[in-house]
Order: sequence, then structure tokens, then C-alpha cells
Amino acid sequence: MSDLIRSTAAELAAKIAAREVSAVEVAQAHLDRIAEVDGSVHAFLHVDAEGALAAARRVDDDVAAGREVGPLAGVPLALKDVFATEGIPTTCGSKMLEGWVPPYDATVTRRLREAGVVILGKTNMDEFAMGSSTENSAYGPTRNPWDLDRIPGGSGGGSSASLAAFEAPLAIGTDTGGSIRQPGAVTGTVGVKPTYGGVSRYGLVAFSSSLDQGGPCARTVLDAALLHEVIGGYDPMDSTSINAPVPPVVAAVREGVTGDLSGVRVGVVTQFSGDGYQPGVLRSFEAAVAQLKQLGAEVVEVSCPSFDYALPAYYLIAPSEASSNLARFDAMRYGARHGDDGTRSAEEVMAITRDRGFGAEVKRRIMIGTYALSSGYYDAYYGSAQKVRTLITRDFEQAFGRVDVLVSPTTPTTAFKIGERADDPMAMYKADLCTIPANLAGTPAMSVPSGLSDEDGLPVGLQIMAPALQEHRMYRVAAAYEAARGTVLASVPELAGAR
Amino acid sequence: MTSVDELMDYAEVVERFDPVLGLEVHVELHTATKMFCGCANRFGGEPNTHVCPTCLGLPGALPVVNGKAVESAIRIGLALNCSIAEWCRFARKNYFYPDMPKNFQTSQYDEPIAFDGWLDVTLDDGEVVRVEIERAHMEEDTGKSLHVGGATGRIHGADHSLLDYNRAGVPLIEIVTKPIPGTGARAPEVARAYVTALRDLLKALDVSDVRMDQGSLRCDANVSLMAKGAEVFGTRTETKNVNSLRSVERAVRFEMTRQAAVLASGGSVVQETRHFDESTGGTSSGRTKETAEDYRYFPEPDLVPIAPSRDWVEELRGTLPELPWERRRRVQQEWSLTDAELRDLVNAGAVDLVAATVAAGATPAEARSWWVAYLTKEANARGVELGELGISPEQIARVVALVNAGELTNKLAREVVTGVLAGEGEPEAVVEARGLKVVSDDSALERAVDEALAAQPDVAAKIRDGKVAAAGAIVGAVMKATKGQADAKKVRDLVIARCS
Ligand SMILES: [Zn+2]
Repeated sequence: MSDLIRSTAAELAAKIAAREVSAVEVAQAHLDRIAEVDGSVHAFLHVDAEGALAAARRVDDDVAAGREVGPLAGVPLALKDVFATEGIPTTCGSKMLEGWVPPYDATVTRRLREAGVVILGKTNMDEFAMGSSTENSAYGPTRNPWDLDRIPGGSGGGSSASLAAFEAPLAIGTDTGGSIRQPGAVTGTVGVKPTYGGVSRYGLVAFSSSLDQGGPCARTVLDAALLHEVIGGYDPMDSTSINAPVPPVVAAVREGVTGDLSGVRVGVVTQFSGDGYQPGVLRSFEAAVAQLKQLGAEVVEVSCPSFDYALPAYYLIAPSEASSNLARFDAMRYGARHGDDGTRSAEEVMAITRDRGFGAEVKRRIMIGTYALSSGYYDAYYGSAQKVRTLITRDFEQAFGRVDVLVSPTTPTTAFKIGERADDPMAMYKADLCTIPANLAGTPAMSVPSGLSDEDGLPVGLQIMAPALQEHRMYRVAAAYEAARGTVLASVPELAGAR
Repeated sequence: MTSVDELMDYAEVVERFDPVLGLEVHVELHTATKMFCGCANRFGGEPNTHVCPTCLGLPGALPVVNGKAVESAIRIGLALNCSIAEWCRFARKNYFYPDMPKNFQTSQYDEPIAFDGWLDVTLDDGEVVRVEIERAHMEEDTGKSLHVGGATGRIHGADHSLLDYNRAGVPLIEIVTKPIPGTGARAPEVARAYVTALRDLLKALDVSDVRMDQGSLRCDANVSLMAKGAEVFGTRTETKNVNSLRSVERAVRFEMTRQAAVLASGGSVVQETRHFDESTGGTSSGRTKETAEDYRYFPEPDLVPIAPSRDWVEELRGTLPELPWERRRRVQQEWSLTDAELRDLVNAGAVDLVAATVAAGATPAEARSWWVAYLTKEANARGVELGELGISPEQIARVVALVNAGELTNKLAREVVTGVLAGEGEPEAVVEARGLKVVSDDSALERAVDEALAAQPDVAAKIRDGKVAAAGAIVGAVMKATKGQADAKKVRDLVIARCS
């Protein structure tokens, strides 16, 4: 069994297709693992054992009947609880949606099902994807498999932790300001934020519509690429979806693993270092850059001065959009309803429900966003933030005029302790310092493990950024780097059984 | 309403104040599907049957713009002589209301698809007023609340409310005029004439059902007063729930008399939304705008901007039908109408009906005499629109043909039409069933004439003496004997022939 849960998605898919192992066996092995360790990790909010086994059986039937199956058919996956899943509860980590079972599938969900990917369940997250530690989940925090007293990153901590805990070989996250990449970095896994519009947002419960982007999480770069090609591509149900082929990321990985990066120009973003960066993280980053040079890449320093304003711009745009997106949670049609005792008006019931249904961080952002959009303040806040966004996009364009990819640490620090930043929102927000620019510009970026920090033995992530729709560039570099440096998950501690 | 409003006599109002109008008209497009989803855009139906994740605002669902609705918006803009934006966006208008699934309305804010146009409006006496159009923009309709219990039927005081989202997401075009000053005593009439002209235009464009009674055309009337000769507009009120053309006129007039009384007594007009009451003809205070929400507009991030190419716009311009005023000008020429005749025709709302009757074979004069002179009275008496009277232009044309063929007299023809209106079937069937055919059997007529002459020998003698005018008495007797089913001219000819 242990072999199955430690296998990569590519390996599992090959074995299932060759009938060396059945998809049902693979699914059962992962369900057993979840039963064994998720009491400690709490990566899942909902496990759909029955649905997973049924989906696995269908793949086995297809394989037995000689029907052609997709490249990830039968491979289990952990789905962030922000995607609508018909028949499976979807809570977004919020009490507001406790018990809500969507009547429809998100496009990502549908594509996974159609590809024969086995959805094990829904993973924990910061409430409505607002946070960097998964501590804001209304259902309790997820713990980092590297150290159960530490956070697994956020908002998609559940998805990345499930990979590091070997509960699933694949996961889906969403990245609004770093919610795929930052959890990837602090759990020693791979996380990819595709180009905005590269993966459909239909059925992704919106936090910040102009920034949200679903993407793959995996333990290897190849697995991430395989999953990327399953979920990516044009969707007429999402007006912001890009009508273009998915970049050839799997082919790029196959090219990258040869280990030759000669001719590739790599830019080191000078803004992402100095104060606030953990020395061990910077040392890991420098080693990674040296490694890239060794592989033949040409490395230069690139300055992107507008990146300094990315964080404040993000904390105006994202809450503004969130304040509007979350208005629909009003107790009228679905989800929680409080205070409806027959004497109160609809307006009062809305207010009471929103007061009790939302957590503190969600309320904070709704208030910030409501304020930023108010008449008289709009230009100074939302308007200025949009201008910063344009400047950041321009910085990226100029940089990509000189280099093929940009690199930086994914996060300024390794995983911090649960509760450590709970009362300091600014410290918490800084976890996304390096990841936010790509969201504001809509460009793709990924995090790939760059080893362990020498001072605390915790995983560090290397962020690789590329121009829009040039995902294959970063996948190629990531694959070459991964092949040279090796995986870090071999050294993740054995998890004890449920506490 | 806690107290009865003081009103000023209308003559005094217009002597002391100048009104300024502003009209906001919402038009529901009759596209096959809704604005942002594939649900059927259909009036009525079982509650919550034309709904999907998008128009219910379910978490995660996204909008996709209905291209047909954009096309209609552009055509409306072009017909209103507007500029069409080269690039525009949707915006979110944020406010909480139970019948709004997302608690924001996807609308347009500072970037409307059409702007800066005008519409020429003809008043009853032929005077033409040019109404400037500020903008026409696209948005989605809300659902419908049914407030159960309570006295007012409004949300406050209701026991509970039922929500129907069938209408949520139906495409709307909001057409907003610039302020219309300078109409004086005719302000109420201008308001009605504008909405009428707009309705006719939208009907000609075939973009909407334009039924005020069903809510597919809704008008909000903004009214303010300023002292005669002043230049700064007064505080305005916005009257909603104005559900007929006549109500538009009444609502404006009422607001003028109410605001004038407030101002004359030294008070000030409160900027607020008011509701028109069809039964009393008055308006009552709704929510006060001072405490109204800040809508926190921002560009809708779920939709990409709309950039209609100039080629497309010109192509759509080519699809514009003959517009109502162009059509009027043409029929006036073709049918040789005087200005007064044209006005009567237009006021009766009979242009299309007469045209269709002419197309079915009648002459313009015949068709007009039926629709404008006779059927308009019938429609008024029944309180329905001319077009809904229950008789078609084709049927009228057939009645006309029967008259021309000598098979019906004018009097009999009216009786046939009455039968059709009463639901007795096609004109021919009515003729048959009621036995209205003209007595054209010559021997029968001759017999009746001979009997009449025999009954009045003195009259017969006069006729034989050349006093032809005396024939009338015999004709009358024959008509009476045939129960009016004879052709009077033919009878007269027969009488004279018999006596010569
Ligand atoms: Zn719908």
C-alpha cells in the first residue's frame, strides 16, 4: 500500500492503464491513508469515499473494456473546497455554506471527472480563500505535515498538505495572491498559478474575480503539468477564459528533464530580498540560482520597482471585489440562515446571518473593500490600485523583454507556527509579498521545492514566473531544476496515526 | 401617506413655476434567452422554472453576455440618434435586496453602450419637441417579490415574502433623457408623448413587447419645479410605478401641483422616490434619497469589455426598419392626408392597422374611415387598444369588399363588424348567420316597389308627373319592407324606372 501512496500521478496512471493495479485499489489506498493520518493533518473537510470508489470503478471498467482513457485516469485528487461539486458539499471553509450541496459542477470539476480523475474529497482552506495559513477556516486549521505545530500555508493549505501527507498525489488549488504557490513552498510541493484565463473560473466560488485562478498542485513538476493540461483551456461559460490552446507544458517538462538550460535567460528580481526575508530562505534561493547557472542558464538581475507597491494594491483590489462577490450570501436562497424567528424582517435576517456566518478575516476584508469602493474614496483607493496594476504589468513586460523567466523565493519565510501571526494581519499578509505581482499582472508563476532551510529544516520554494501563456517556459526550467536537485519529500517526517 | 397632500391649482402652477422633466424608461428586451445565461426569457410561467446557477447567483456561477441583447441595445441607440461606444464595460451596482440574487445588479455605469442622442416627439396639436437622450445602457432585471399579508403589499409590514427569479437576468435597456426644461404647461403631455414615441419606436425595432401593463416597458418620471425665469433646477422627485401612458401624464401633473404647493407654502421639496397610485392619481413617498445607498459601482470583473466594431455598427444601422416618424411622413404623402388627418390617425394608434387594411385591398380612405372613425369609438367604449379589439385588418378589408360588391350596405357592414367583434366568427359567417345579405333579387325588389307604389298612389302620381324628389317616400317604404337589406340607390332607380 505504502508504494501506491508514495507513487507519482504519472506512475499511477501508467500502472492503472497497464492493469498492473486497479484504480479502485489506488483509491482505497489513499482513502485508507486519509483515515489514518487526516485526524492529525486535517487536510480534508469532506471525504467522498463512495464517489471516489465509484469513479475508480468506472476507470477500471473502461480499461478492462479496452476503451482509451486519459493520461490521469484513475489517479486520486484532492479538490479545494472552493470548487462547486454536484452532489458533494462545498463550504469554502465557511459556516456560511455549511451543508450546501451545489446542484452543478464547476468546469474544473467536470473536466476532472471526464478525465477519469478520482476526486477523493474537498480540502480545507482559509474561509473564502482569504488567508495565508488556513487558520481562517471555520472548521479548524490544517497542519503542516513537516511539523504539525506549523501552518501549511494558505489559503489552499489543505490541498498542499494532502500532497505532503501522501493522502493524494494530486490536488487543485486556487491562487488569488499566492494561495497555490505559498502553500506549495512551505509544504515542499509543486504549485502552479496559470495565466489568468487559462483555467476556467466557472464554478470557482469567487473571492476576487480579476485575480482568482485555479491551478494544479502536485509532488512533481511532471504531475503538475499533466494535471494542468487536464483542467486548462477555453471555457465559453467563463467570459474571461482565454480562447487559445493550453501551452504545451507536458512537452516542456519532457524537454526540461534532460537537464539542459543553455540559452535560457533567467532574471533574478532584485526587489525580493533584504529585510523581512529569512536568511535560510535566501541561502536556499541563492543555491537554486547557482544550480540554474550550472544547468546552462544565463542569469541576470532584473529590477521591477513597481513590485514594491503590489501588496497595498492587492489589499485594495481583492477586498473591493470580495465585498461585492460575498454580498450574495444573504440567507435568502442557500446556505446559513440565522435569526429567522418569524418576527424579523428580511433585512434583519440578512444582517444577523452575515454577522454569525462570516469569520473575522472575511468581515475585515468586506469592510475594507466596501470602504475602498465608496463614492468619494473610489479614485484614491480602487482607482489608484488599478494604476499600480498597470505599472506592475509594465514592469513584467519590460523584464520579459530581457529574460525568458523571472525567479525569486516563493515566500519570505518558511512555515510559521500556528497562532504566531493570528493577531497581526500585516505580518500574515506579507507571506504573499513575492507571489502577488503575478496575480496583479495575470501572468503565470509556479513554486517548486528548493530544498530545506538550513536553520529550521523546513521546505523552501523557488518561484519561477513567465509571460502570459508562456507556462511552458517555467515548466521547462522547473523540470530541469527538479531533476538536478531531487525531491525534498523523501525527508518529510513519518506521520503518526490519528491523535 | 399620513396626510393628504396640498395641491395647487394647475393654472397657477404654470403661471408661477417652470417644470423640468427627466424620464427614465426601462425596456425588457424580448430576446430568446436572458442577459447573462441560457435560460428562457419568457413572461410568467411557474415561479422559479426559468432559472439556472447564473441567474440564481449561485456561488461560483459566472455571466456570459447575450450577443443578441447587445445587438438590440446598439439598434436602439442608433434609432435614438445616439453615438455608439467604441469600447464599454459592465459595472456592478451594489445594494442588498432579496429579489436580487447576487445583491448587485450587473449594469453599466459611466461607460454606456449608447449616448448623446435625441428623439423628436409630436404633441397632439402637431407641435414637435426634441427630447435629448443622455444614454441608453444595458442591464439585467431583478426577480419579483410577492409580499404576503400586511396592508400595503410592500415589503414593510408583510407577513412573509415569496420570491420568483424567472425575471432575474432578463435583459433590460435603460433609456435616460437629459433634463427637459421649457415645456411649461405642456410638461405632462410631453412626458406622455415621449413615452408613446419611444414605445412606437421600440415596437418598430421589434426588440421588446413594450407592454406597460406587463412591465416590459417601465417609466420613472423625474419632476422638479423652479420659479418662473429661474435658471437653477429645483429639487426633483422620482415617481415609480407608472404603468400606463395616461399615468405618465397624470403622475407628472400631480407632482407639479404637489411640489408647487410645497414650495408656495415656504417648504422645500424632498429628494425622494415616490409611488404613483393608479386609483387616486396621486403619488406617495417611498424611500428618501438622502439615506439612499452608495451603490459602490466598479467595473464588472467577470465580463470582458464590449468593443463593437464600426463595421458591425454600420451593419446594424442597415437593419433599422422604417422608423415611426419616417413611416408617418410616407403614409401622409401616399394617402394624401392633411396634417389633421394624419394626427387623428396617429393619435388613434391606427397607422399600422390602416396600412395592413390597405395591403389587404381597401383604399386608404375606406380603411381610415373604419379604424379611425368607427373602431376607435368601439375600442374606447371597451377600454382596449385598437389592435386588441378582436378584428383584423384583413377582416375589415373583406367587409369593405362586400360593400363595394353591393352585397352589403354601409349600415349592414357595421352590423357585420359588430358581429365579428362579438366573436361570431368571420364576416361571411356573420352575414350568413344574421341574414344580412343585401336583397338583390330583382324580382323580389320589384315586387316590393310595386307594393309600395300601390299603397301610396298619390306619391306614385307625383313621381310620374316628374317630381323625382317624391321617390324618397317610396324608397323608405321599400327599405322598411326589406328590413334595410336592400341597396337604397338601386331601389330608387327601380322606383323611377317603374314610374316613367
Ligand atoms: Zn439562468
